[in-house]
Amino acid sequence: MSERPDFSAFPDARGHFGQFGGCFVSETLMGALDDLKAMYERLKDDPQFRADFDYDLAHYVGRPSPLYLAERWSKQLGGAKIWLKREDLNHTGAHKVNNTIGQALLAKHMGKPRVIAETGAGQHGVATATVAARLGLKCQVYMGAEDVERQKLNVYRMKLLGAEVIPVTSGSKTLKDAMNEAMRDWVTNVDDTFYIIGTVAGPHPYPLLVRDFQCIIGREAREQSLKQAGQLPDALVACVGGGSNAIGLFHPFLNDESVAMYGVEAAGDGIETGRHAAPLSAGRPGVLHGNRTYLMEDDNGQIIETHSVSAGLDYPGVGPEHAWLKDVGRVQYVAADDTEALAAFRELTQVEGIMPALESSHALAYARKLAQTMSPEQNIVVNLSGRGDKDILTVAAIDGIEF
Amino acid sequence: MSRIESCFASLSEKNRKALIPYVTAGDSSKEVTVPLMHAMVEAGADIIELGVPFSDPMADGPVIQLACERALAHGTSTRDVLAMVREFRTTNNDTPVVLMGYLNPVEVMGYETFAKSAAEAGVDGVLLVDLPPEEALEVKPVMDEAGLDLIFLVAPTTSDERIKLIGEAGSGYLYYVSLKGVTGSATLNVDEVAGRVETIRKLAKLPIGVGFGIKDAESAQAVSRVADGVVVGSALVNQVKEHQDDPAAINQAISDILSAMRNAMDT
Repeated sequence: MSERPDFSAFPDARGHFGQFGGCFVSETLMGALDDLKAMYERLKDDPQFRADFDYDLAHYVGRPSPLYLAERWSKQLGGAKIWLKREDLNHTGAHKVNNTIGQALLAKHMGKPRVIAETGAGQHGVATATVAARLGLKCQVYMGAEDVERQKLNVYRMKLLGAEVIPVTSGSKTLKDAMNEAMRDWVTNVDDTFYIIGTVAGPHPYPLLVRDFQCIIGREAREQSLKQAGQLPDALVACVGGGSNAIGLFHPFLNDESVAMYGVEAAGDGIETGRHAAPLSAGRPGVLHGNRTYLMEDDNGQIIETHSVSAGLDYPGVGPEHAWLKDVGRVQYVAADDTEALAAFRELTQVEGIMPALESSHALAYARKLAQTMSPEQNIVVNLSGRGDKDILTVAAIDGIEF
Repeated sequence: MSRIESCFASLSEKNRKALIPYVTAGDSSKEVTVPLMHAMVEAGADIIELGVPFSDPMADGPVIQLACERALAHGTSTRDVLAMVREFRTTNNDTPVVLMGYLNPVEVMGYETFAKSAAEAGVDGVLLVDLPPEEALEVKPVMDEAGLDLIFLVAPTTSDERIKLIGEAGSGYLYYVSLKGVTGSATLNVDEVAGRVETIRKLAKLPIGVGFGIKDAESAQAVSRVADGVVVGSALVNQVKEHQDDPAAINQAISDILSAMRNAMDT
């Protein structure tokens, strides 16, 4: 790589990360996105807004989340020390809530009484329903009909929280279709509705503001590493669907040249089978859901169906900042398949007594391989982005157990 | 003068408004589309908007979503759509054809390849729903070079400042989206549309077509009183779905709707 860019200077004013990102939406939404951008510009350095956000993260989410040394697992693997950034211990059980707190505060400032969201695994839907309940906002969550089926527990959680879950039956009935439907809702109800996007994708300014809200993960991990390990980590590992937990961990380290970074996509049945959800590993640049990024598409530019055992990674695109970080070579994007992720899920549960989400299990699957190529003096930080309770029914079904 | 420009010029001389039907190419089969285009011209269409099917039509309601699914089910590609226009042009050299769709199927072909092939096939304009002028800086000169009009949307939420920008960036005509919502939504409010069209006229020089929510002769007539063109889509695509196994019935049903609109608009 030639001269390194200053990673903190991106995106540019119009939301571009190199050729990626931007704002590709129908005209009806342009005004709302301009308003959102202006509001965020005004609030992001506002001391009161920051104080409100920090207060909620501390007292409602329970931050900082611990950086936990998985000592027994690391010893068993015989390589680098693996540290887990425990986003699974957040209120609602995943990193998603960091972002929904931030966006709900924006919604409140913009005076919008109704929020909508798309969700795949249901974690973002739950995190949105949670903040909506707390702020007294009306909440509707779009969820692919197939995901409604495989994430029943989260669907019920959202209902208990007072949200309405709307199953989406168009297209492939998964996350991308839920996002289409949420966009259609927003275009119709743009006056009174705030769209809380759950990942670092979508039109500008979403990839920017979701990243900024999730960066708390990396800022804490950086400080904790220096304090607990006495040095910066040698490598960071995080799973990448849309990529919000990964950007949250990576971004505060991007200008630390010594830190290697690995984003782990879902290889599903295996990259070579075509049944996967790994656009960075096996896709090409295109435009979907408001931004230019790597996509899984056919030769005619039609988006193709994805597959992963983990609903949260089952998405044919990826946040534009990841697309750019891949092209400039700052982050390496790799993949773990269903079998590897399930094995990591079981291993961490049995060795450390921590049950990870199937999404996070992809990161663990790659970290276990990476650790074995490194020495015990070296350190890896893995983002344990969510807990696995929501996946128990999926894993049980694979084990042939019915409840 | 481009085909679209001369179309509006000659209509204006006759004090008539443009009737602009939309159908999704390849719905309900690839064979249906070209005869349907001719039938629509016969029934009074001045410009044809031909939908290029996309797997994720974010700005469309259920009617056009399903039309895209039907067209894609038997593999209608962007190249197939261009072939349809080429075939249409063998016997019709006058009626402007505008391709309407989303950016990704164009981007995957490459802007140059797409623009060149489209112009050669006899396409006159391109409207990409998810391409606002700010993101069109790269594609605009390529379309200009090929002699294709790049048509942009104006929405109820568009600020005056943006209307000016869109008026300068676009050519052919402006497509005013009559309501906040997706295609095939509830009926539009004519008074509101009239007010907005008046504003747009002050800020932009292009002819104004109005679409979304026009369902029948009555709404077409009302809109034609204030706009330069009337776009009708979902109401026609519904008929394609209704008669999907019977191409003759599709042509008949759509011709009936367009004839009624034409009469009402010209009265």
